[in-house]
Amino acid sequence: MKKGGKKRGPIWEVFRRLSKRITALIGLGIVLFFLILALFAPLLAPHDPYEHDLAHKLAPPSWEYPLGRDELGRCILSRIIYGARISLVIGLIVISIGIFIGVPIGVISAYYGGRVDFIVQRFVDTMLAFPGILLALLLIAMLGVGLHNVMIAVGISTVPIYARLSRSSVLSIKARQFVEAAKAIGASDVKIILQHLIPNSLSPIIVQSTLHMATAILWAAGLGFLGLGVSPPTAEWGAMLNGGRLYIRVASHVATFPGLMIFVTVLGFNLLGDGLRDALDPRLKT
Amino acid sequence: MKDLLQVKGLRTYFFTDSGVVKAVDGISYTVKRGETFGLVGESGCGKSVSALSILRLIPSPPGKIVSGEILFEGKDLLKISEEEIRDIRGNQIAMVFQEPMTSLNPVLTIGVQIGEVLELHRGYDRKEARSEVIKLLRMVGIPDPERRIDDYPHQFSGGMRQRVMIAMALSCNPKLLIADEPTTAVDVTIQAQLLEIIKELTSTSETSVILITHNLGVVARHVNRMAVMYAGRIVEMGPSIKIYAHPKHPYTMGLLASVPRLDQPRRERLLPIEGQPPDLSQLPDGCSFSPRCSYRMERCLKDPPELREVEEEHFIACWAEGIKVEKPR
Repeated sequence: MKKGGKKRGPIWEVFRRLSKRITALIGLGIVLFFLILALFAPLLAPHDPYEHDLAHKLAPPSWEYPLGRDELGRCILSRIIYGARISLVIGLIVISIGIFIGVPIGVISAYYGGRVDFIVQRFVDTMLAFPGILLALLLIAMLGVGLHNVMIAVGISTVPIYARLSRSSVLSIKARQFVEAAKAIGASDVKIILQHLIPNSLSPIIVQSTLHMATAILWAAGLGFLGLGVSPPTAEWGAMLNGGRLYIRVASHVATFPGLMIFVTVLGFNLLGDGLRDALDPRLKT
Repeated sequence: MKDLLQVKGLRTYFFTDSGVVKAVDGISYTVKRGETFGLVGESGCGKSVSALSILRLIPSPPGKIVSGEILFEGKDLLKISEEEIRDIRGNQIAMVFQEPMTSLNPVLTIGVQIGEVLELHRGYDRKEARSEVIKLLRMVGIPDPERRIDDYPHQFSGGMRQRVMIAMALSCNPKLLIADEPTTAVDVTIQAQLLEIIKELTSTSETSVILITHNLGVVARHVNRMAVMYAGRIVEMGPSIKIYAHPKHPYTMGLLASVPRLDQPRRERLLPIEGQPPDLSQLPDGCSFSPRCSYRMERCLKDPPELREVEEEHFIACWAEGIKVEKPR
C-alpha cells in the first residue's frame, strides 16, 4: 500500500481514495468553493448586501452588478455570498444537534441492548414515522418563527436518523473481538464507548452528515421560502427565492440565481457524500 | 507449587429461544502457580466459554454463570463487584484471543492500544507508557519497535498482530494468562514461534497459563497438565505426558488416534471418531459421549459418570474399567 516509508494517517488514505472519483472531486470542489464564499464573504462581496437602491430595483445583470439587483435594488451577488454564511451556519448547527443528541442515544441503545434498546428504539420509531419536514414545521409551530427555531427544529428532526444509524453501526462493531479484548484488559464501559465504539462507527455518520448538510440547506431554504425562517432583510437563499418569486416573469434573474446556488451547493454536498461513502466503505479496507 | 486458580463446579448456560445450551456443565480444575494448563477439545465443547467465565466476559443475556466458584488466590471471582473484576482483568489475569485480525481496534495505533493497559492499571502517563510499550514490542520480537509503535493494526501481518496481543496481555505482568487458541489463525511456522514466545516470557515471570487449543501437538509440547473437554464437561484430566502416552478415556483415545503422527508408519490409517458432537441443548441422560463410544455399556446411557482418579493425578469420567486398547475398534 505505502512503500515510501512515509507515515500517513487514515485521513490521507480516505482522501487518496476520494480523489480517484471525478464526481467526488467535483463535489469537493463545490463544497470548498461554498466554504470559501461563506468564510470570506466580506472580502468577496462587491457591495453591501443590505444597501437599498429602489431606483434600480430589479435591474438585470451588468458589469457592476454581475447578477443584477433584487426587488429592493440590492446586489444579488453580494446577497448570495452572504447567504452562504447563513446556509453554512444552519447546516453545521443542524448537523451538530443531530449528532450530539442522536449519536449518544444510538450508541447507548446499541451497547446496553435489551430493555434500554427497546424503549429508545420505539421512541425513535415514533419520530421517524413523521416526515422530517412535517416534524420541523410542527416544532416551528411550537417554538415560533425565526432562524434559531428553524435550526433547532430541523436539527431535532434529524436526531432519530443519527440515532438509528449509530445504533446499527455500533451493533456490528460491538460483536467484533477488539471490544471483547478491551473488556478483557479491564476497560470501563465509558472508555469502550468513547475509544472503541464511536471512532469505529464514524464512517457512516460522516457520510450521513455530509448528505444531511445538503438536506439542511434545502430545508432551511424551504422554510425561508415559506417565510418561517430568517426575518426579512437577512440575506438567505430561501428568502431571496421567495422575494424574487413575484417578479419571475419580469425579472427572472432575481429568483434564478439564488435557486441555482441552492441547487449547486446541494448537488456538491451530495456528490461529496456519495464519494465519501465509497471512500469510507469498510469493505475496501486492506 | 500452590494453586493459583481453582475452578469448582462451574456451570455456564446460555438461555436461548431453542432451549438451554449447557456450554459448560459442572467442570472443576486447578491451575498451579507457574504451570501451563491445557484445555483441549473440539469446537463447541465449551473450552472458550469456560475461559471467558473466569473473567466474567460471558455476554449476558443470553449467557449466565449458573453456579460454581472460581477462586483466584482464594478470592471468588464470581462474587466480587464489577469494579473489582475490572481491576483484575488485564492486570492479574490477561487474555489472548483467537483472531489476531479482529482483536485490535483498527482506528488506533498499536502503541496507544498497548499503552492503554498500562495507563489503566499502572497509572503510567502517555510518555512512560510509550517507552514501556517499545520495550514490550521488542520482547515479543517485533523488529524496529520505535517505528512500528505508531503503525495501525492493518499494517501488521496476522502473526505480528498476535505478538502485539501477547505484548498487550503481558504488559502488566499478569499472574495468569488465558490464551484462547492463540495459534489457530496463523501459519504453522508462526504458531511455533508464538508458543515459544509465550513459553519464554511466562516462564521468566512465573506466570501461569491456561492454553486452550484443539491441537494435540501443541499440548504435548507446551503443557504440564491438561483437561480434555467434551460437551461441556471434563472427561479426562492429568499430566499431559501421561494422557498423551496412555489415554484412558475413549474420547481422548479417539482424538489421539485421529491425529496424524510423524513417529508412526505412514500407511497407518487415521481413525476418525464416528458421529457428530452432541447438541448442547439436548444432551443425553447418561454419558454425553455414549452415542459415539465404542465401549458403550448399559450403564453409560443412564448415569453420567463423575471424574474419578484412575492413577495418581490422572482422572477420567468413564464407567469402563481398564480399557487397555490403544486404538479403539
